Amino acid sequence: MNTHMKQNLWGYAFIGPFVIGFLAFTIIPIISSLYFSFTSYDLFNPPRWIGLENFEKMFTSDPRYLHSLRITFIYVFVGVPLRLGFALLVAMLLNTASRAVGLYRTMYYLPSLIGGSVAVAIMWRNIFGDEGIVNLALLSMGIDPIRWFGDPTAALWMLIFLSVWQFGSSMLIFLAGLKSIPQSYYEAASVDGASFFQKFFNITIPMLSPVILFNAIMQTIAAFMTFVPAFIISKGTGGPLDGTLLYSLYLFKQGFEFFHMGYASAMAWVMLIIIAILTSLIFLSSKYWVHYESEGGK
Amino acid sequence: MKPKHMKKLIYHVLVGGFAILLLYPVFWLLMSSFKVSEQIFITADVLIPDPFVFGNYAQGWQGFGDYSFGVFIKNTAVFVLFVLIGHLISCSLIAFGFARLKFAGRNFWFAIMIMTLMLPYEVVMIPQYIIFAELGWLNSLKPLVVPAYFGHPFFIFLLVQFIRTIPRELDEAAIIDGCNTFSVYYRIILPLITPALATTAIFTFYWTWDNLLGPVLFLNSPSKYTVSMALNMFLSNETVSNWGAMFAMSIVSLVPVFIIFFIFQRYVVEGISTSGLKG
Repeated sequence: MNTHMKQNLWGYAFIGPFVIGFLAFTIIPIISSLYFSFTSYDLFNPPRWIGLENFEKMFTSDPRYLHSLRITFIYVFVGVPLRLGFALLVAMLLNTASRAVGLYRTMYYLPSLIGGSVAVAIMWRNIFGDEGIVNLALLSMGIDPIRWFGDPTAALWMLIFLSVWQFGSSMLIFLAGLKSIPQSYYEAASVDGASFFQKFFNITIPMLSPVILFNAIMQTIAAFMTFVPAFIISKGTGGPLDGTLLYSLYLFKQGFEFFHMGYASAMAWVMLIIIAILTSLIFLSSKYWVHYESEGGK
Repeated sequence: MKPKHMKKLIYHVLVGGFAILLLYPVFWLLMSSFKVSEQIFITADVLIPDPFVFGNYAQGWQGFGDYSFGVFIKNTAVFVLFVLIGHLISCSLIAFGFARLKFAGRNFWFAIMIMTLMLPYEVVMIPQYIIFAELGWLNSLKPLVVPAYFGHPFFIFLLVQFIRTIPRELDEAAIIDGCNTFSVYYRIILPLITPALATTAIFTFYWTWDNLLGPVLFLNSPSKYTVSMALNMFLSNETVSNWGAMFAMSIVSLVPVFIIFFIFQRYVVEGISTSGLKG
């Protein structure tokens, strides 16, 4: 056996589990899912080919689908920028030499640590209840209590707040990024008489832009797939009036509550395409705002 | 007071105060779990329970039917343990292959792996469900655990990055000393990547412990329920005013997460700061 063969054998011996797992748990399911998306399939009878009917139905005769898509976009495009904005603001506040910073960093990170759990979703449900502490706080500030579970818009905001509350992990990434910006840049700018905002927009943002790009992409994808909070907070219904019927939850209900496996598969494919388009758009836009050191600046 | 001290004071009041405000709901949940159920929302504006009772914990621990909350914790621990072993073995092997070995198709498979990082689970969920149903694996841990033995793209990527920082001279010296490829992995690389393996273990723990969708899809008898599913059950059974027990068990479900965090804080913070793992 020659060395080439031997090298290949060793290589595949090590990555073999990935290759097998990819074929079994990813590529076969992807192809099947594509096939199901063109069928009517209820899990108990064999799939029946219906061509593009599922996709047509989604965009022409399923208002619930369009509603779900719309509120998911609101959830993503309001929630992610707010979350990243908070993360950057707090990271800048914590980027000082104070000894208490370690403690603050932990405190701000904790919501992210536990945020994906059922326990926190239950907590959220209860603090936003009619007699919950959020309404008590509003009342004490002289604002009328809000019926968070009575109004679909308020309910969606409740989910957005939960997502923003977990800005801690992005904050940690920003903090690491801020620490890697050479202090001399700021000192030179100060000597030249730059204001805080000039330093922020001309040093901090450009230097941090690759990290912001990474965060924006990962958080957008994750936000688009949000399931647990919507499922728990609405007790699996997506209510009130479909106000919390995020895309993943509606897909889950179509598949495992109504057993419309073909329709749910078609929804999954549209989701994949939307995520691919969003990711590419963020990437394409990056050449206008992301600054890489190695290029020697713009 | 000197202006400098004044500035410092304002900073701590602002930054510390905002941190406490953010964590207030968690304190509220904790304190409410020691209140008498009927009192929780009547006294929602008071943090300290009066009287201070442990009854909610006793009641919640009874679980449902014949299954105490201890059963759900044990189920979840077994689930986590098997996934953990799977990730540590498979991800380290695969990462070593990608980071150190030269073979035909390496770049192709690496690109594929990066692509699977971004693949929404929803796309494979339904066919996976059908495959596992065909195999007769429903209502068992197998569909949740077996895939872990075939690697997880996030951790493979993390480990590849880490292995690349280890000087290749170490491998070469070992090979001259007569090590074969497997011994290089086992004797040289594996001991050196323990920090990255720790990060892998910690995040595997978090994600598996919190996992709800997987168990909801694949488990249906209460004897096999995980903690997440049991909490979901509490919520669907939420009748008159049984919040106390539900809050108490929510707190119980968070305790292991906090313990792991406070022991391994350094790895968690570094894992997120350097690789962008989602916390």
